[in-house]
Amino acid sequence: MSHKLTQLQALESESIHIMREVVAEFRNPVMLYSIGKDSSVMLHLARKAFYPGPLPFPLLHVDTGYKFREMYEFRDSYTKEIGAELIVHRNEESIEQGMNPKQFGVARCCGALKTQALLDSLEEGGYDAAFGGARRDEERSRAKERVFSVRDDFGQWDPKNQRPELWDIYNARIHEGESVRIFPLSNWTEMDVWSYIAVENIPIVPLYYAKERLMVERGSLLIPVEDVKHLHEGEEPKMIMSRFRTLGCVPCTGAVRSSAGTIEEIIVEAAAAKRSERETRIIDHGANTMEDKKKEGYF
Amino acid sequence: MMKTKQDQEVELLRLVTVGSVDDGKSTLIGRLLYDTKGAFEDQLAAVRKGPKSAKGVIDIQVMGDELDLAMLTDGLAAEREQGITIDVAYRYFSTLRRKFIMADCPGHEQYTRNMVTGASTASAAIILADARKGMLPQSRRHTHIVSLLGTPHLIVCVNKMDLVDYAEDVYRRIRDEFTAYCEKHGVQDLICIPISALKGDNVVDRGDHMPWYDGGTVLEVLESLDVSGRVDDLPLRFPVQYVSRPQTQEWHDFRGFMGRVNSGTVRAGDEITVLPSGLTSKVKEIATFDGNLDEAFAPQSVALTLTDEIDVSRGDMFVHASTLPRVEKAFEAIVCWMGEEPLVSRKKYVLKQTTNMVKAIVAEICYRTDINSLERDDQAGELAMNDIGRVAFKLQQPLVMDAFEDNPATGSFIIIDTFTNNTVGAGMISKI
Repeated sequence: MSHKLTQLQALESESIHIMREVVAEFRNPVMLYSIGKDSSVMLHLARKAFYPGPLPFPLLHVDTGYKFREMYEFRDSYTKEIGAELIVHRNEESIEQGMNPKQFGVARCCGALKTQALLDSLEEGGYDAAFGGARRDEERSRAKERVFSVRDDFGQWDPKNQRPELWDIYNARIHEGESVRIFPLSNWTEMDVWSYIAVENIPIVPLYYAKERLMVERGSLLIPVEDVKHLHEGEEPKMIMSRFRTLGCVPCTGAVRSSAGTIEEIIVEAAAAKRSERETRIIDHGANTMEDKKKEGYF
Repeated sequence: MMKTKQDQEVELLRLVTVGSVDDGKSTLIGRLLYDTKGAFEDQLAAVRKGPKSAKGVIDIQVMGDELDLAMLTDGLAAEREQGITIDVAYRYFSTLRRKFIMADCPGHEQYTRNMVTGASTASAAIILADARKGMLPQSRRHTHIVSLLGTPHLIVCVNKMDLVDYAEDVYRRIRDEFTAYCEKHGVQDLICIPISALKGDNVVDRGDHMPWYDGGTVLEVLESLDVSGRVDDLPLRFPVQYVSRPQTQEWHDFRGFMGRVNSGTVRAGDEITVLPSGLTSKVKEIATFDGNLDEAFAPQSVALTLTDEIDVSRGDMFVHASTLPRVEKAFEAIVCWMGEEPLVSRKKYVLKQTTNMVKAIVAEICYRTDINSLERDDQAGELAMNDIGRVAFKLQQPLVMDAFEDNPATGSFIIIDTFTNNTVGAGMISKI
């Protein structure tokens, strides 16, 4: 009899093991839910990990108010369908003041609506562990991230002072006020995520599938037009057959030209892709931005 | 169980690479990543030193000269500023047969700490040797760590063969040195490959410079290593991670013991013994989201239910009565020390082993191994950072364990400083 796991089964088992360790060792965990494909996989793994019981932690969506309409619809219907407890947190003060990336710059906007909102919501909830769907293959500073990543009282990451992580033994001990970010998808690649979505029939936001969408071309990026006030001077919106490789905020997420309308076609496209998925994310551009943001408390 | 076209037969192989930029490690990794599409074009373009070619195409043949591949691997700003690699970086690439998770360890800085970390999960280690220099003290250190951690396969890449005119006798001499050393130090499986990472010989493609070499290329070897492992043949070890009692209407009486099969197999209907209590029961069901299984094997994560209502909690271990592990309040272990503060006699720490945490006191430092000469100093008063030695511990509570060489999953533990909460050491339990 063959006792071999395929690599996806091995990754699944590892992620489930990580999630169970967290629930067993931490007082008050929460799962960050961004509605994207990685979050969808992470949430599915969590359902598997604790089956037949309910999820032993709530989901937390840090909402900038700038997400795509399809994302909000998907979030509300899917979490209801699976009976998950959903907490939505927004930095209302900044949103009321009209924070936006065009006027204030991407760094300030992300700082207020994502990082600050995240830190505030974690503190308000008194969470000592927060699951995130980040993967090490996404970006070079993430390649050095631990599965259990300790943050200080200010939610900040010290990359030079990380705990060594050996075998599958995770050190969950922290001081009062510290918290741990948990990355159960650390060892998954973009291709693994897509393959797993296909194998497990995991529902995802329709924006990942190609269709004719209203876009403007900005440099090498395709920017969706949800609101004409986000347009730069001289830009002409037009209908382009396209899809999103990753999902973020409307003003800062680019699409790619694609005709991949099914999960199988997306996998074929991802396998042939020569450029990494984060290329369409404006926050990563410029020197060091991901590492800087992570140090400040971003996922 | 799930299975698709994409996933069929694709196995996971975890490996560790160790060495410095001087050994040509970055060029080797760059080539493996690029040729298997593990590095994307925009990531490579971002680390390009010179101007881009007209087509914007990366020419792998000149990558070693034109690309600073350390920039691709060195993910932290401090590393790029100082031109050093501080930390283990994880890299991913795949072929049609296997997905590879590569822990890439710096060769100089903190080598013990980093390499032990990287090697702890690896089934294969790649060490680079410079064909002009042969087996250096650093190669001996790396090989020693591979043997300590019981890494099943060691692949020595004799690199820079282009600089010795691809001479077979140079390669043979270095290979024989490694072979002799590995036989003496109990390395399980040694494979030597003559390569030129820069020119590409024997990395992915064979090249035509070394017709005298009849073994596989680096990628062929990685694709064909036997990683089925022996965990299947080992006795059942199932540490209980989490007890699930949903108490919902549908699952009112469900009491599931969740965990991962560390080794061996367990079947529905098996008689099991719970340690350390010694209570016995029978496996009623092996429950998963995808339905009940007849049998579970390592490293599957499952939930077991039992036929009897017995006292079981996190930290307990399910085993078969015919193959019992040790249950001990004292043991000796090989320790790799990683803390800023040295390990000293009489100091108290917390050990985490499987799903257990226990207070421990250092009863004695039996010896410290000089990592350069590999000589043992049995008068050592402490273990400093990056030291390796044998340490005797006394525990507050008994632990269920095996010797590391018999069963790595139940023979390994981490040492936690009770004041800083940092992970300060890695331990491998010795045979009695």
